[in-house]
Amino acid sequence: MDLLPTIWFIAIAVLWTGYLFLEGFDLGVGMLMKGFARNNTERRVLLNTIGPVWDGNEVWLLTAGGATFAAFPLWYASLFSALYLPLLLVLVALIFRAVAFEYRGKVDTPQWRARWDWAISAGSLVAAFGVGAALALTTTGLPLNANGDRVGGPFAWFSAYAVLGGLAVVGFSLLHGLAFLALKTDGDIRRRARERFVRLLPVLLLPLAGWAVSLQLLSGEAWTVAAVVAAVVAAVLAWNFARKGAEGRAFLALGAFLLLGSASIFGAAFPVVLPSTLDPDFSLTVSNASSSDYTLGLMSIVACIGLPLVLAYQAWTYWVFRRRVSHEHIPEAHSFLPAIAAKALAPKD
Amino acid sequence: MDALEIARWQFGITTVYHFMMVPLTIGLGLVVAVIQTLWYRTGKPEYLRMTKFWGKLFLINFIMGVATGIVQEFQFGMAWSEYSRFVGDVFGAPLAMEALLAFFVESTFLGLWIFGWKQLKPGVHLACLWIAVIGSVFSAYFIIVANSWMQHPVGVEMINGRPVMTDAWAVFTNNTALVAVPHTIFGALAVAGSFLLGIAWYHLWRRRHDGVDTVGADGRVIPGESAVPGRDRADHAVWIRSVRIGAVVAMISFAGTAVTGDLQGKLMFEQQPMKMAAAEAACHDGTGFSVLSVGNLGSKNCDDIVAVIEVPGILSFLAKGDFSTEVKGVNSLLDRYKADYGTNLPDNPIYGERAGQEIQYVPVMEVTYWGFRMMIGFGGLAAFAALVALWATRKGTVPASRGIMRLAVFGILAPFGANAAGWIFTEMGRQPFVVAPNPDPSGIDQVFMFTAAAVSPGVSAGELLTSLIVLTAVYAVLLVVEVKLLVKYIRGGVVSAMPELVHAPADQNEDGTPGDGGPGKPEAGDVLAFAY
Repeated sequence: MDLLPTIWFIAIAVLWTGYLFLEGFDLGVGMLMKGFARNNTERRVLLNTIGPVWDGNEVWLLTAGGATFAAFPLWYASLFSALYLPLLLVLVALIFRAVAFEYRGKVDTPQWRARWDWAISAGSLVAAFGVGAALALTTTGLPLNANGDRVGGPFAWFSAYAVLGGLAVVGFSLLHGLAFLALKTDGDIRRRARERFVRLLPVLLLPLAGWAVSLQLLSGEAWTVAAVVAAVVAAVLAWNFARKGAEGRAFLALGAFLLLGSASIFGAAFPVVLPSTLDPDFSLTVSNASSSDYTLGLMSIVACIGLPLVLAYQAWTYWVFRRRVSHEHIPEAHSFLPAIAAKALAPKD
Repeated sequence: MDALEIARWQFGITTVYHFMMVPLTIGLGLVVAVIQTLWYRTGKPEYLRMTKFWGKLFLINFIMGVATGIVQEFQFGMAWSEYSRFVGDVFGAPLAMEALLAFFVESTFLGLWIFGWKQLKPGVHLACLWIAVIGSVFSAYFIIVANSWMQHPVGVEMINGRPVMTDAWAVFTNNTALVAVPHTIFGALAVAGSFLLGIAWYHLWRRRHDGVDTVGADGRVIPGESAVPGRDRADHAVWIRSVRIGAVVAMISFAGTAVTGDLQGKLMFEQQPMKMAAAEAACHDGTGFSVLSVGNLGSKNCDDIVAVIEVPGILSFLAKGDFSTEVKGVNSLLDRYKADYGTNLPDNPIYGERAGQEIQYVPVMEVTYWGFRMMIGFGGLAAFAALVALWATRKGTVPASRGIMRLAVFGILAPFGANAAGWIFTEMGRQPFVVAPNPDPSGIDQVFMFTAAAVSPGVSAGELLTSLIVLTAVYAVLLVVEVKLLVKYIRGGVVSAMPELVHAPADQNEDGTPGDGGPGKPEAGDVLAFAY
């Protein structure tokens, strides 16, 4: 029994789930900048619901990646190199999205804002799709040779599962974003977000449910099948809560859906971390892809200290910024007044 | 170009670019934290303005470091999968810790600082900035621990052909890292120092140019007021303090880089003698430091190189601390490297087309020789400029000369150049190894890796070329955007970061003393003190 590698498999599953839970809603809010928000003030309301937290949420991705490198170097190396081009796309999307948050309000013209709005919504969409595709493929497999390298060219990773996983994370993020907006805004946006949540829930969760069910068909166990059933129940609950206007509970129930769905997927995949579709002997597992027990032990100590701290201060951030944001809180955009330009206009003293 | 060369160019370009943003983030973060502390202690309006103005520039730059940092972490797995497989057991841990213990702290507390001007009590708000900045220093520590292990592997044993960590303490207290971390932090502060100096100089000059400030008969400044909001006497205080803080920071940090760089050099003469011999383009054993060498530095036959000006004894001093010890040159080192690590790359498919080729142990000497000198030269130039600036501003303003102002602004680039040159030197100087062997007798046998073996075998040259082009293009566009925004906010002065100075609510003090313009008691009605 590989105790430490198993613990680290769970830890990485937790990190990915944490990433999808937290960045899920800010990716969703990002996508909703187009097609949901109706004007600049609404877009600013959306942005400011995630403003103080999105960067901290994104670090979950870096931590999941770094932890995979540290705990399962062979998994990290094979997955990241096999998915070279899709991950490049994710990187470019995340770069533009991050810069857009910060730079969007820095020049006061509609064209400038419109460009960065596209960067935010398209960046969020592409990043969500790419991460979803990568996670789906690590559970369903890639054409890897004995050394763990992809064979078959730059697009050999492509499969229906890549699309399913991509849609799964996009759909979940959109729904989660709506749930978050219903929870964090007030007035018209809050109402529309809730209504759209209720209307779209079945469609948006379908791909994630489909991914979870396929995994059960491939390698499910009794408890992981039970988790899928429980996830469906959580989704129904979320729908019902939202319909009754209990936004907080709807948000939590959707979180439970993600947790259970993710548990069913990672649980069914275990102990394989990255199957080879060419030969099962080439598959990477928790035992043949992991670091030494010494390294895993060290990382365990660090995680036991670090992770609770992260959870504590991130929770505190959400507490500090717990109030709902709405139209009236958005300060008017000050037209930029450079002192020196104004000097020319001002009367001489 | 084959996959290996493209992957190396990509790593070089993305890393040097990322490391334009990082030193400014670390250095300016520390400076802004100190300034906000001064404001917290004294309540002087100029310190609040400085916090807001430099804080705004800090954030415009910070986000670029964040955005380009993700590429760095992904790149190891994407382009360097064989490297990742080989070193993962020891190299992954500091990377994971960097994310878990530093990036989370940095991003979360910076979010609190940006948005929390009114939600948090002033002391707590200030603490958030300090915590975020300390987080960025920790991130530097962790990534340098990882890099230092590539320079000088310690704390591992070879098991089944891969280094396995056996002594975390040795890895995390690697002497290479312990000198590289302060060297890097001082390098970052040097960037921040020149940044403050150049920009504040521009504004002082502008105030004189516009007739706001005048100079009395004794040469002392007479700060003036203008009708334009934000161009008052406090504004003069903002820039004169900034210029002087910048100059002092630049000088202290140059001294710091010199001392730590000297320690680092002495270590490197032992740990990677070839890198240091190549830094000198020194073929033969000797004691002299070359001030100028000419000839074909690129030729592998280093007898083509002629040292034109050489100072005897200095090389020995750099390496050993005395003036007479002979320092080994490239020629004698070459025999040792060949004996220890082979003359040809093994006939292993991992080396691709390069299998069996002769190993070039001498790094590209144009790069190491000039990289080393540019690092020191640019660093020294910035420090000298800071000394001059400190003297020139002793009477409270800057000379009216437009040319000198331009020099001061242009000088902002010098420490950036020094940082880039230093990293290019140390990384290129490590070649042909990606993990350099530890030559210490107590070092670990066989723990080294040739760069030729590190690239991802499954990734095609076409994929790498695609990403090289895409990332370079994206980075170029974003650099233009970032610089344009920085210039816009810099030219705008303090009001660009404090619109409340212009659009002041009736109940606010005009000078920006702690009233509504700054943190006060958390107010129930304030949901957003800052909004995107």
